[in-house]
Amino acid sequence: MKRETTIWAVIMLLGLLGLAGRAMLTSTGMGREYVRAVPVADGQWTRYDPATYGEFLGAEAADPAQSDVQLSWPRSVGLWVAAFFTLAIFSFLYRDNPFYRVAEAIVVGVSAGYWMVVGFWDVLVPNLFAKLAPGTIQSSVMPGLTGSDAGRNLWYLIPLVLGIMLLWRLLPTGAWISRWPLAFIIGTTAGLRMIAFLHGDFLAQIRNSILPLAVFEAGVFDVGASLTNLIMVVGVLCCLAYFFFSFEHQGVVGGAAKVGIWILMITFGASFGYTVMGRIALLAIRMEFLLDDWLWLIDPIGRRVGGG
Amino acid sequence: MTAFLIGQWWLVMIVVISLVPLFRKISREGLFDALVSLDRRWIFLVMLWAVLVPIYYIGVTGDTFPEVPSALAQATFDEIEALEPGDRILLAFDYDPASEGELGPMATAFVRHAAEKHLKMYFIALWPVGLQMIDETVSRVIESDFPELVYGEDYVSLGFKSGGEAVIKVIVTNIRELYTTDSRGTSIGEIPMMEGIENIQQMDLLVNISAGYPGTKEWVQYAVTPYPDRIRLIAGATGVQAPLLYPYIPNQLPGLLGAIKGAAEYEKLVTDAYGGENPDPKYLEGLRRMGPQLVAHLLIIVLILIANVLFFTSRKREASG
Amino acid sequence: MKRTIPLLITAVGGFVLIAAYFIPFTQGWGESVAVWFDVLASIAFILGGGNLLKIHLKKVSDRVPGWGYSLIVLGSFLLTLGIGLLKVGVAPSEQYPAFRWSGYYSEIGAPFWFFYEYAFQPLTATMFAMLAFYIASAAFRAFRAKNLEAVLLLGTAFIILLGRTFAGVALTSWIPEGSVFAGLRVENLTVYIMSVFNTIGNRAIMIGIALGIVSVSLKILLGVDRSYMGKE
Repeated sequence: MKRETTIWAVIMLLGLLGLAGRAMLTSTGMGREYVRAVPVADGQWTRYDPATYGEFLGAEAADPAQSDVQLSWPRSVGLWVAAFFTLAIFSFLYRDNPFYRVAEAIVVGVSAGYWMVVGFWDVLVPNLFAKLAPGTIQSSVMPGLTGSDAGRNLWYLIPLVLGIMLLWRLLPTGAWISRWPLAFIIGTTAGLRMIAFLHGDFLAQIRNSILPLAVFEAGVFDVGASLTNLIMVVGVLCCLAYFFFSFEHQGVVGGAAKVGIWILMITFGASFGYTVMGRIALLAIRMEFLLDDWLWLIDPIGRRVGGG
Repeated sequence: MTAFLIGQWWLVMIVVISLVPLFRKISREGLFDALVSLDRRWIFLVMLWAVLVPIYYIGVTGDTFPEVPSALAQATFDEIEALEPGDRILLAFDYDPASEGELGPMATAFVRHAAEKHLKMYFIALWPVGLQMIDETVSRVIESDFPELVYGEDYVSLGFKSGGEAVIKVIVTNIRELYTTDSRGTSIGEIPMMEGIENIQQMDLLVNISAGYPGTKEWVQYAVTPYPDRIRLIAGATGVQAPLLYPYIPNQLPGLLGAIKGAAEYEKLVTDAYGGENPDPKYLEGLRRMGPQLVAHLLIIVLILIANVLFFTSRKREASG
Repeated sequence: MKRTIPLLITAVGGFVLIAAYFIPFTQGWGESVAVWFDVLASIAFILGGGNLLKIHLKKVSDRVPGWGYSLIVLGSFLLTLGIGLLKVGVAPSEQYPAFRWSGYYSEIGAPFWFFYEYAFQPLTATMFAMLAFYIASAAFRAFRAKNLEAVLLLGTAFIILLGRTFAGVALTSWIPEGSVFAGLRVENLTVYIMSVFNTIGNRAIMIGIALGIVSVSLKILLGVDRSYMGKE
């Protein structure tokens, strides 16, 4: 254990020295973010749009005294924080450790806060408060609210009251109060889904399964397409036979169910293959972030080509 | 490849040094016993190198594998290609950073294709973070390479609304009931390209980029299926979602891009049509990501084969002694 | 009374939406119900946040092991919430510079955007990136070709894994494209498996699930299934 700790301490020290050396001693450096200052509203304030190191080099070459494209210290620090968060999460693969726990705690807190803020500004303000108190909302946060959309609609008292009743769930007493909005949510979901699934997943899929068993392409019998359609029709019936648990799987039904299982296994194998593909792409983008955005070891998009 | 290995000798050294303890374990215990009791962290390490080294190689050399688009990717491309300048396209960004690796390239390619075709783009999101995805893609593609496009006239971001399928249910008949402003707070009535738009049946095409729920399945169920003659939908989905959407093809979903492979195929089609001689590498993200995909896929296959060899060998040893 | 009214609300909410599907006259009611649902969904986010506060405050006050991490959760949550709700550091909208609160809460460069770009985004993305490692580990430990079904599953997986990359193309590139055996080229085999066998399996599963959903929805709307209301 002590040896393992020593090895990790040495690796981390070498890593930190390497990072410091690359950041401060090499000509290109690493882990810096640049911005372009854009004056807004007749110069009342400045907006900082993202820029690249290549744009910075180009601007400096054209005019060494320019300050439009500049290094952004806050964003550079943010980049290093993001990189350390990435490594902290990956450290869990070796062993559970405090760095991972801290990063996990931060993601839980930030994502909960993020969702609440988005829900508030994108839904509650325009779709609830603006319908109940349009004047107040227009004079404070949404001066752009005009026209017919700016009228008061008192029907929105219903979701407001239901919403307050929903939040009652957080209080220790009166749990029955939150049943009303829950009932509304459940009932609405059930009503929506029943028809949608019946129409889109049941009827439409039956229609999609009814395929011509003899396909003619320009008057000629197409063996391949006909065979494919036959396999599809028989295959769907066999898979459905497998799901029929109220019949004993014997005889013809048993045989069909067996074929059904085989087809389902092929389906699951295909799903597994696609899932693997999906997961690896997610890892690839994080590796690209570390190698490109942070360490500046690769530059596939040419963001750090001088004068670019 | 040899030149790369010689030039990047330090990377080769790091990879080899990191695997030395594993080689020592194998030489001490024998191949069979070492693999049977293998700590899964060695597999994690090999997977790390299987993804990191190809990314570094592609980043340094710029080589990518050739891509031949499949019929489904072609069908997806043709749906947008068939539209005329000025046609309306609704792009629903229903994903978050967790699936950006697969769907980011698709989003970039879709927006670029729509911009090249001079389509009127309407962006919405059913996922809270989808709004950030819209902002990033607009910044990366439209503001950067199509500065002549005007917000409010050529493209508009209507933003996020919570409720999943209930949002689709409303906007399919009455979009103004839910979207009274765009994502920036400007009233819908003041946005020129929203004039006369009552619902999404007036869109010429729907494009959905989906990572789960709510996503393409909900768009098919609540938008396409009730209005099959009015609404046409194509989608880009993650590797987990894509196989589940195949039953909708082609009647309810004429085009589908599945996982990073679908993104790479679509990128190839768009860059071949609009990229010119030297396509901007920004639009080849999916193609670059197919490199680590190949190595990692081979690794998974090798791991499964080794595991099965070990399994059957153990069984034989148990049976014989 | 405490259970009857919720049952009525469930039934009315659901049946209005069903009626709106078939009766054009009721379409407006259906839209209203759906919009109220959307508003409630956002209030559910607040409920989620409140629940998070409740759980972690309790952990901190009870000093359970690891309560320090709960403190970090609370701190990051309240900080993100405060900065986002108050639009801290967000410039006013260009059209309405006199209105301090008119800006876009998530504009690039604002503190809330910093929290998204340099905390939320890398952390969430990396959490999911870890799955690639676990898939590799699962491939080594779990996938045994013990019977015919397992062989079918693994064989299909191999074909898909090869066919969706250049490895498969290279492996069977020697089979002439126009020949009778062109279907055995791995990339063509992959397309066939996805468009035929995968479609068959998922179609059957979809039909089965649809019937299940219809049955559960009817039971809920008719008040037969009352489990969502919890105990008395």
